[in-house]
Order: sequence, then C-alpha cells, then structure tokens
Amino acid sequence: MEKINTQRFRQKLKSYRRTPLSLFLFLLVTVSAVITVFVLFLLIAYILIKGIPHLTPELFSWTYNSENVSMLPSIINTILMTLLSLLIATPLGIFSAIYLVEYAKRGNKVVNVIRVTAETLSGIPSIVYGLFGMLFFVVTLHWNRSLLSGAATLAIMILPLIMRTTEEALKSVPDTYREGSFGLGAGRLRTVFRIVLPSATPGILAGVILAIGRIVGETAALIFTAGTVPNLPESVFDSTRTLALHMYILSQEALYFDQAYATAVVLLVVVIGINSLSNFIAKKIAKGS
Amino acid sequence: MKHRYFNKETIMQGVFFLAACASILAVALICLFLFANGLPAIGKIGVFDFLLGKEWRPSNDLYGILPMILGSIYVTAGAMIVGVPIGILTAVFMAKFCPKKLYRVLKPAVELLAGIPSIVYGFFGLVVIVPMIRQLFPDSKGTSMLAASLLLGIMILPTIIGVSESAIRAVPESYYEGGLALGASHERSVFFATLPAAKSGILAGVILGVGRAIGETMAVIMVAGNQPRMPEGLLKGVRTLTSNIVMEMGYAADLHREALIATAVVLFIFILLINLLFSVLKRRTNS
Repeated sequence: MEKINTQRFRQKLKSYRRTPLSLFLFLLVTVSAVITVFVLFLLIAYILIKGIPHLTPELFSWTYNSENVSMLPSIINTILMTLLSLLIATPLGIFSAIYLVEYAKRGNKVVNVIRVTAETLSGIPSIVYGLFGMLFFVVTLHWNRSLLSGAATLAIMILPLIMRTTEEALKSVPDTYREGSFGLGAGRLRTVFRIVLPSATPGILAGVILAIGRIVGETAALIFTAGTVPNLPESVFDSTRTLALHMYILSQEALYFDQAYATAVVLLVVVIGINSLSNFIAKKIAKGS
Repeated sequence: MKHRYFNKETIMQGVFFLAACASILAVALICLFLFANGLPAIGKIGVFDFLLGKEWRPSNDLYGILPMILGSIYVTAGAMIVGVPIGILTAVFMAKFCPKKLYRVLKPAVELLAGIPSIVYGFFGLVVIVPMIRQLFPDSKGTSMLAASLLLGIMILPTIIGVSESAIRAVPESYYEGGLALGASHERSVFFATLPAAKSGILAGVILGVGRAIGETMAVIMVAGNQPRMPEGLLKGVRTLTSNIVMEMGYAADLHREALIATAVVLFIFILLINLLFSVLKRRTNS
C-alpha cells in the first residue's frame, strides 16, 4: 500500500516543533524498540564473548566425569529426547489437526472442548507439566526417572503447538485442491494423505521445528521426569540429562561457571539455528503461495 | 471391494478422532493427578493455614505458602511494570513506525527473544543483572525481587509484542486515515485513534504475559534468592510458587511432598483463571 502522508525530513522537523507531544511519542516508541533490540544483542554478545573461549575439546569427550564435565552425552541425550518426544507428539498433533480441519462438522461440541483443552494445555507452565509427569509417568506407571518419562511429558507439552501450526497449515490449503481430488473419485482419506498433507508439509514442518526449539530449551519439566544422570542411557528407561538441564546443574555450582558459559553458547547457537530454519521455511511458504 | 474401502475410511476417521481427544485426556489426567495428590495435603494442613500461613518451615511441619503467593504476585507485577510499556511501545513501533527493511530484522529478533531457553535467560540474569544490582546497591546481595522482575520483564517482551502487534495491525486503516484527515500528526493518529481500538487485543497480550511470568521457573530460581519468608522489599530475596517446588521437590517426602504438589495446585488454579480471562478477552476481540 502506498503511504498517504510522506513528508520530507525538514517538514517533519517543522511539524514536530509545532506539536512537541508527537515528537515525544515518536521518541518513546523508538527508544522502546531500541531497548528491546539492545537487550537481545547484549544477551547474545555477552554469552558468546564469555563462552566461546571456554569451548575446550574436553567438553566434548565421550564420557562424562566430574573433571571434564563433558556436555557431549547431554547433547546426544537432547537429540534422543527430541526424537522420542516428536515420535509421540507429531502423529498425535497432526491427526488431531486433521480431525479438526477435515472431518469435524461445524458447531460440533466435542471440537469446542478440544479447542479449549488445547488452549489450556498451551498455557500450563512447564513446572506443572514436570510435576504431572513425575506423578503419572514416573510414579504411577513405574517408568522411573527416564528418557521415556521425560519424552512423554514433553510430548504433552508440545502437543498444542503442533496441533495449532498443523491446523493453520491445513486450513491454508485451498478447497479447490480437495474438490479436484474428490472430483477425480478419491475418497476422503486418500484426499487427506495424497493431496492436503503434502501441500501443508512446509507449514507443519515449521511447527515441528518450533517444537524442537521448546524441547531443547526445556528444563523445569525434565528435572523430576528425566532425572539428571549425565551419561548416555542404555535403554529408554534410563535416566538422562538434556543439555539445558546440564547447564542448570553446572550453573548451580560456582566451580563449573566457565563450562556453564560454554554450554550456554551451544544452546544459544542451536536455538538461533532452529529459529532461522523455521523462518526460512516460513518465507518459502510465503513465496510459494 | 467397495465395502472394504468404506471400512478403511471409518477406521481412520476413528483414529483421527481418538488422536484429537488426546488433548482432552491430557488435561483431564493433569487435573486428576494434581488435585488427587495435592488436595489431601491442603485438607491436612488446613485451607487457611496453607494459603494464609506466613511460615514455611517443613522441618517444623509449618506449611504456609502466603510468602510464595505474594512473591509470585510481586515479581509478576514488577515484570509487568518493566515489560508492558516497553512491549506495547515496541509493538507500536513495529506496526506503524518501522521501515520495511528494518522490520525484516526486527521481527526475527523478537522471535529469537521468544526462542531463547529460560535457563539461558536465568544465567544471563545471574551473571549480568545480579552483579549490576549488587554494584548499584551495595547492601543488597543482588539476588532479589528487583532482579527477578527485570529478568521476567525481558522474558515476557516477545509475548506482549507479538500479540499487541497483531492487535494493532487488525485495526482498520480507516481509523488512522481519519485521524490524519482531521489534521492529527502520524504519531497522534496512531496513539489516539488506532491504539484505543486495539485496546482489548493488547490487554489479552498483557494477560498472556502475566501467565508466562507467573509460571516461569528456572530463570526466576537463579536470580530471586529463594528465601522462604515474607517479601521484605525490592532488594531482598523472594521465593515464588514455582521455585518453591523446584527447590524442595528433590528431597521432600510425605506431607512435605504433598504440600509442594499442593503449591502446584495453587499455581495451576492461578493459571486456569488467567487462561479463562485471556479466552474471554480474545472472544470479545474477535466478535
């Protein structure tokens, strides 16, 4: 859209002199935006500058001991935890979204309940998920503090995120696609899997990537469900420590502060990478349509 | 052949429906397990002794969580004072003042702010904000209500900015143009025509921010000091509901453990109320 009130700089200055309130408001919003960006910049720069010198090769040795406090096992654990949580949550989330968008009739009461519960889930703080996971998976189901308990807890936590992004992706597929498929004689199921899902894949992928970001950064939900054993698990019923949790434990002890800085660098780089990836995909979608 | 095909359709529809019910099941299970494990403790301790008791001393069987409730409320209020004005004004800047080129940098920056793990925020608070407070106020330890409020204020920025920005963008352009036509400057039109129309959307964003702040755990635990006593001032340490759970759950047993779960129940009820308020506001914005 074309701007309707383009002014030259001098004109603007002149009008500001007439209405100091406008100048004040302009400065207010600009300063706020600068503060926001400055805080982000400060955080990233500070962690990187302080942390990168401490990224020693010992931190990436295969086994953890109290001398090298290696983070490699935790990194591998984080990957395992991410895969397992996604394995549980992605089908559930995508299937629920398919039901909500493709099957449910308008004004269906169950659909309203599903929407409300999904919204509730997305507002629950991670520590509450952690306690629930402890009470349900760890104690009641006797899974103990393990990779599986942690992954199940995280799966519930990211479920609403995957549901919402998939729903939006499915909704953005034009109805003409579905009509064309029905017109060629395909059933509903075939239409969903052959026509709708493939066109919605980038949107779903962007949601899954965001979910990965949440899993990688999660701490509070994992302390009492996955436990804090800093080594590689032998089965899904072994306790593990993800990278974020590893960082929390390091930062609790003044002795390991340097290593905590280094861990923060790795976490930050991963998160920045994940964010840029999801942005990249989102941009591709925007260009494609 | 036709018959079997029909069967596959119905089976898969059933599967999709069951998957969709997973979130209902999850909420039901969470409520069930939290309440079943937490409410008996509240009964044993006594509702008033639990909610209004000023002493939290598990070793003496004193379980009053008023200090933590107040701690959570104060810290959240502090975060609002820091985060809300900056958040809303940044949203105004992004929606109405920002050149397109700058927006392409600013938007991902705000999204990144939302993606940074809370543990990294906590660590940043511990190594930057806490020493800063210690330097400015030599008689404070640094880990304090002020530190927690500042940090949470930063952490809720992306939430408030995101929701407010879309609320501002949803206001019809004619409001702004009408302001200009009446001779108002760009700034005046934005602030006195567009912004009031986006009021309830912005409020929804603020409420979402309150939910984030009150539920935040790991960042707060690292900078708040965590002393389980009544909040005494901005520069003194506080303990919030969330940090109370993480601090003691590791070794708690019996009634102590149940009391901690009951703490989570109180937190959960707070969050449910906030969610309710949020969805009411959202519905009102949409209609």
